[in-house]
Formats: sequence, C-alpha cells, structure tokens
Amino acid sequence: MSIRTITFDAIVVGGGGAGMRASLQMAQSGFKTALISKVFPTRSHTVSAQGGITCAIASADPNDDWRWHMYDTVKGSDYIGDQDAIEYMCQVGPEAVFELDHMGLPFSRTEEGRIYQRPFGGQSKNFGEGGQAARTCAAADRTGHALLHTLYQQNLKNGTQFYNEWYAAELVKDANENVCGVIAFSIETGETVFFKAKATVFATGGSGRIYSSTTNALINTGDGVGMALRAGVPVQDIEMWQFHPTGIAGAGVLVTEGCRGEGGYLINKDGERFMERYAPNAKDLASRDVVARSMMMEILDGRGDGPDGSYVYLKLDHLGEEVLHSRLPGICELAITFAGTDPVKEPIPVVPTCHYMMGGIPTNVHGQALKMSGGHEGEDQIVNGLFAVGEVACVSVHGANRLGGNSLLDLVVFGRAAGLYIEDALRQGMTQYEPSNDDIDAALARVNRWNDSKGGESVHSLRKELQTTMQNHFGVFRKGDLMEEGVQKLADLRGRIAQAHLDDKSSAFNMARVEALELDNLLEVAEATAIAAYNRTESRGAHSRYDYPDRDDENWLCHSIYDPRTKQLGKREVNFKPKTVDTFQPKVRTY
Amino acid sequence: MKVSIYRYNPDTDREPTMKEYEVDTQGKDLMVLDILALVKEQDESLSYRRSCREGVCGSDGMNINGKNGLACITPLSEVAPGVKEGKKPLVLRPLPGLPVIRDLVVDMGVFYQQYEKVQPYLQNQSPAPAIERLQSPEERAKLDGLYECILCACCSTSCPSFWWNPEKFLGPAALLQSYRFLADSRDDATEERLSRLDDPFSLFRCHGIMNCVSVCPKGLNPTRAIGHIRSMLLERGV
Repeated sequence: MSIRTITFDAIVVGGGGAGMRASLQMAQSGFKTALISKVFPTRSHTVSAQGGITCAIASADPNDDWRWHMYDTVKGSDYIGDQDAIEYMCQVGPEAVFELDHMGLPFSRTEEGRIYQRPFGGQSKNFGEGGQAARTCAAADRTGHALLHTLYQQNLKNGTQFYNEWYAAELVKDANENVCGVIAFSIETGETVFFKAKATVFATGGSGRIYSSTTNALINTGDGVGMALRAGVPVQDIEMWQFHPTGIAGAGVLVTEGCRGEGGYLINKDGERFMERYAPNAKDLASRDVVARSMMMEILDGRGDGPDGSYVYLKLDHLGEEVLHSRLPGICELAITFAGTDPVKEPIPVVPTCHYMMGGIPTNVHGQALKMSGGHEGEDQIVNGLFAVGEVACVSVHGANRLGGNSLLDLVVFGRAAGLYIEDALRQGMTQYEPSNDDIDAALARVNRWNDSKGGESVHSLRKELQTTMQNHFGVFRKGDLMEEGVQKLADLRGRIAQAHLDDKSSAFNMARVEALELDNLLEVAEATAIAAYNRTESRGAHSRYDYPDRDDENWLCHSIYDPRTKQLGKREVNFKPKTVDTFQPKVRTY
Repeated sequence: MKVSIYRYNPDTDREPTMKEYEVDTQGKDLMVLDILALVKEQDESLSYRRSCREGVCGSDGMNINGKNGLACITPLSEVAPGVKEGKKPLVLRPLPGLPVIRDLVVDMGVFYQQYEKVQPYLQNQSPAPAIERLQSPEERAKLDGLYECILCACCSTSCPSFWWNPEKFLGPAALLQSYRFLADSRDDATEERLSRLDDPFSLFRCHGIMNCVSVCPKGLNPTRAIGHIRSMLLERGV
C-alpha cells in the first residue's frame, strides 16, 4: 500500500504540557517540528490539572532548597524513583518554572509580587525535619489550564507545525528495530500518512481509562504505551497506579489536593477527622497513597457515608467563602455541578479514584526510550529514534507514588530536556532511519484490521468489560488470587477484541474508528498492569497487597520491567547515584 | 426520553437530517454528554468531540435546545423545563455559524484564525530577569475573568456580528484574549495590539448584543472586555 510521506526533523505525538514543551524547544531553534495531536492541543488532559506545579522557587520560603524537594520526592516514590532523574528535575525546576512566567503563565501572586505557593501533600522543609513546606506554584486552581494555554500560545508564536485532530496509530520501525516515525491519519478526512522523522517523541499522556472510575479525560487511553508495547518496547513499573484521594463520588471528577493544602480536611460519616489516626504528623497532607488507603479503610470499616457507605467527605466550609472563591474557584464550580454541593456550606463527597500512571516507557533524563538487552532483563539499550516525555514516560521521578504537583514539573522539565537533547543531536547530525515498504505495511496492519472487520462484539461493550475488570481486580488494595483471575479475564478479552467489529467504516470524522483503535491500546496497558501487579510480590507506594502487606527491599527495591513479547516481568536497578548530593537511603516511610 | 440529533455524514448523506433516538435515563438528571454516550451505544456512527468531561477543555460546545453550551456540564434539568421528565425532546445541533464537518462536529478553522490574529502570547522586549517578572496581586487580579477562556466557541458562534462578518470581525473569544494580554502588566505591546484593532470591523462590529455573555459556560464577560478595549482605543485617539 502506498501512502503519502511527510518528513520532519522531529515529530511529537501528543499536545499536552510535555509534548508542547518539547516541540516549543525544537521550534524555537528553527528545526522542522510537527506536533500530532488527536485533539486540538488545549483539549489535552493537562488542562485538567488544578493545584499547581511543585518547585523550590523560594517564594513562600526564601530559604527553600531544591534538595528538600528532592528528599520529599525520593521518599514519596517509596525509594524506587531514580535519584539522578529526581535530582535533575528538582534542580532544573526553578529555571523551567520562571520560563513559564516569562512566557505569560498567569500565576497567582504574593504581596511581594512573586509566584504564589501553597502546601501540598508529602512536602517538608529540611529533609523532613522542618515541618510542612509550601512549595506548589499555583494559578488559582486552574494551573494546568493556564500552563497548557500558555504553551500552546508560545508554540503558535514560534511556528510549530500542528497536525490537530490527527490520530497516531502505530510506530514505524526498520528491520533493525530503529524508530523511523509514525503512521497517523487525519480524523477529519481519514487520510493516512507516514510521518517520517529523525526523532519521534511520545508525549501521549496516561491511560486512566483502563479503570471504570477515573479522574482522567475520555481521551486518556494509553496510545503511546500501546504503540510502544506492540513495537516490542518494554514498560517499567506499570503496576504503579495512583488513586487520588479526592475524586467526586460517582462522577470521578478531580478535587485538587490544594484543597487540603489550603486547610481543608477529610471526615468520615461521624464527622471525625480520621487522618489524625493514620498519619499523626502530616495528617491530611500525607502522601496520596497513604491518604487513599486510609480512606478505603474507613469505608471498609463501615465509616463511609451515603446509601452504600461508599464515600467520605472533604470539608472546606471552615475556610470561608472568600478563601474558597479566590483560591479554589474552579473547585466550587465542579462541586456544585458534579456533586450538587456548595463547598462554602457543605462537605464534598469524595472517594479514591484512579488518577495517574507512575509507570511507562523507561527513559533516561534526555527522554531517550530504553529497552533491556535480554527483553525483560539485562543491560539498558537505547531505542534509536524514540523518545518519551511526561506521563507516558517513566524516567523515573515518581517511582511507586507521585507527589502532588510533581506531574506538571515533570512535564516541563523533561519536555524541555528532550527538546534540548534532540536539538543538540540534530545539530551534530542525527540519523534518519529508512523503513522498507513492508515495514510501513506492517505498521498499517492494525488500522486495516479494523477497517476490514466483519461481525463480532462492539467496542463499547468490550471497553466497559475491560474497565470493570481493572476496577474490580486491580484497585487500591490487591490480592494474588483476585489478580490471577483478572489476568485470565484480560487474556480472554484479548481474543475477543481481536475479533471485535467496527460497523462504521466511513472516512470523515469517524470517532468510532478512533475509539476502536483506542481500545487496542487500553488492552495493552491493562494487560501489562495486570501481569506486573500480579508478579510484584510486595506492597510499595501505590501497589498494596493483602497477601504481601510489607515492603520487601531485599527483593523489590527495583523497577519492574514488562516485556510485551514474552509477557515476562523482570527487574531493573534503581539509580541511587545523584551527581551533587549524597544518596538518600531507603527508610521506613511514615508521615 | 426522546433525543433529536442533527446528523450529517459527507460520505453518505446529501443533506443533513434530524434523527430521533429513545434513551432510558432511569429518571436521573444526567449531563447532555452522558446522553450522547448512551445514543452512541445504540448508534456508533454518531460523531461529536469530547475530552475532559468536566467543562475545562472546551471540546463539546454545541447547540442544546436552541442555546449554545457545553454538553458535559449541562444537566438535563437545566436544558429546558420538561426535558428531564421526557415531556419535551432534547434537541442537539452543531454550533451555529461554522461549517459542519459531520454530525455535531464543526470546522473551527475561522474561530482559531481569529484567535491567532490577536497575537495571543505575552510580548515583552525587556530582558527576562533571573526569577519571575514581578506582578502585584492587584495587577494579577486584572487577568481574572479573562485567562479562564477554554476556546469552546460557544460565544463567538452565538454572536450575530460574527455570523455576518466572520472574516473581518474578530468575535468575542478572540477579543477577550486580546484584552487578556492588554491587561497583563508583564506585556509591553499595548500600542501595537491596539493599532491592530483600530479599524471599523475587528472590534467595532460588536454591537453589545451580549449573547456571548449569556452563553459563556465559564461565566466570562467578553462584552465587558471589548468595552475596555474600546475605551483604550478612544483614549489613545485623544
């Protein structure tokens, strides 16, 4: 099959914060850069980030130190975040945040005219010794929206070439597994094109839609992870899914941790501030995994409220109308719309809800994708031509549990880092790998399979079944036999999805086709999650097992690596060698 | 309940039609977007844009029983009396005034071009400091009610001046963004920004009809922003 080829120096797949920060970097230096996004960029999920971007810019506290932020992040990761990567993020962070201000991001301000910072969970001063820090830079409770629009505006200014509402369906590789670009099609017209580039940057975000209850946008279907796994690229720590403590019960819509940062707290049906029992020091500002588990314990012990006793409450009314309307205006709107409660008067019903994928494509700090010499084990090897940044990547700065406000910092720091690296590589002369026609046809096979489908089950019913399976078998608390059953169910689903049916074969703005292709990706992410979760026989960070309730540093102070070709789970060393500070040694993690 | 939806597929249809569907809401006050998902389970060929499903991404602007709004944050009870109870149909059409690509999906090209025309990015010729550019809380407060725009196009596509002169009148959304940068103490391109608007059409075609204000799902007020720019232009002329 012959299709049109469009050639660029670099292509970025995904128009969220990470993708647009990467494309901006390259476009600013005049390289021919395309950004392919399945939605108009400001519709990307970064827009939903609320509370802020955590970074030691020393505004709230003039003595703040990026090393304290690093300590918190390492501890938050339950010690499987890579310390060289965390060091880089926390150290470079302030520069990246000030750049955002210079680009026009409308941060909230202090009386001194500096960027406003609020407390978030897991933050401390002086390596955990100096009490709660306030380190999260905020634009009211719309920081993600402000950041995403600012980056889009800067990309417009600098001439990034946008392919908006184009869907990237598959990686194109040559015979030696080097990445040459992607196959993508225009959602509007159906035209399918080979985008050829020296650097292909995945910034496709997360995949919360593998669960039935999630804070994630409908578009978060793990397209990058799906493409990587089908291309034989492994994923790391994919069992680590963050459940955000405060999703609005029923709707799943996010309520920022900034609410608790501003002084809100959780109560059970008896009105008790229960976090005082679970985390006597940090209380409601303990790490998210800790707070989410505590909430689930309250609910399972019968102290949840509502018809099924299935939720607890986030109390904010004591903060007063003025604070709520100036600091948390978006939350007030969302609570009224989706919970029917005005937080000025009543508490919001909340429940832990799938929020963030800590795992992803393993990369180094330059965003270069890595694979293992022996599939699921062995030496790191660079996947030539492929980069990953943001939530789809696992660099890894979040380890087993991400701290609030660190995802936006991850986006801009590593989007920028990948851009800087590629810029430099392009200047020195980067190889363009050339695929054969057969290589291109191989990449087209998946799109063609749906176009040729006849009979079989519908996409929406299979998707629903997949989401329910993940929700019931791989939730906040996990158990071996239940997970084993889940793995079996997913194997069964794989067979049925391969036979599923796309009824609408038309070319113009065919969203049914997009949803079918997304389902393939959801399945890849779900299966990798399931197998990794089943095989990590310990509890660490967000991964919490009844049958292995303790952290097992002897066997599992390491990354997991899932090899899609053999479905084996291997281990990869965590980096404990920061360049400028001493190693933070694993300790018992309490808040 | 009954749902009536504008359907048009350029591959197969010569002209658009309104198609009727029957949906069981079990008496719940669902969002319009939930209704669309239920219809799509019956008929996967229905196309519409959606992403965040919480009113911040601006994908699902559409015309709901005659009024522009976001499907994801419009509950049935707020559409019109009787809709939630099934006494009246829910009627969904694409945003007016823009070419239809398919079903509820419109071509937003003109709308985005208007946005680009106002140079929607901060401009400042002075060298950036090593930290942020300082801005007082009072200066920052001037951006409230402006920066929150989600580019859903509900306002511009409800504006008669936009319908008449989409190539020459910039429309409420783009003008709101123009003022967002005029009002930013960190931006120093005021004169250039104003001079680009100083013609009979770009801004002055606004007749203060205020449809934009009544439909904005974020509660923003483009008419007021346009008024501020108008004052700046008049002061500049004196």
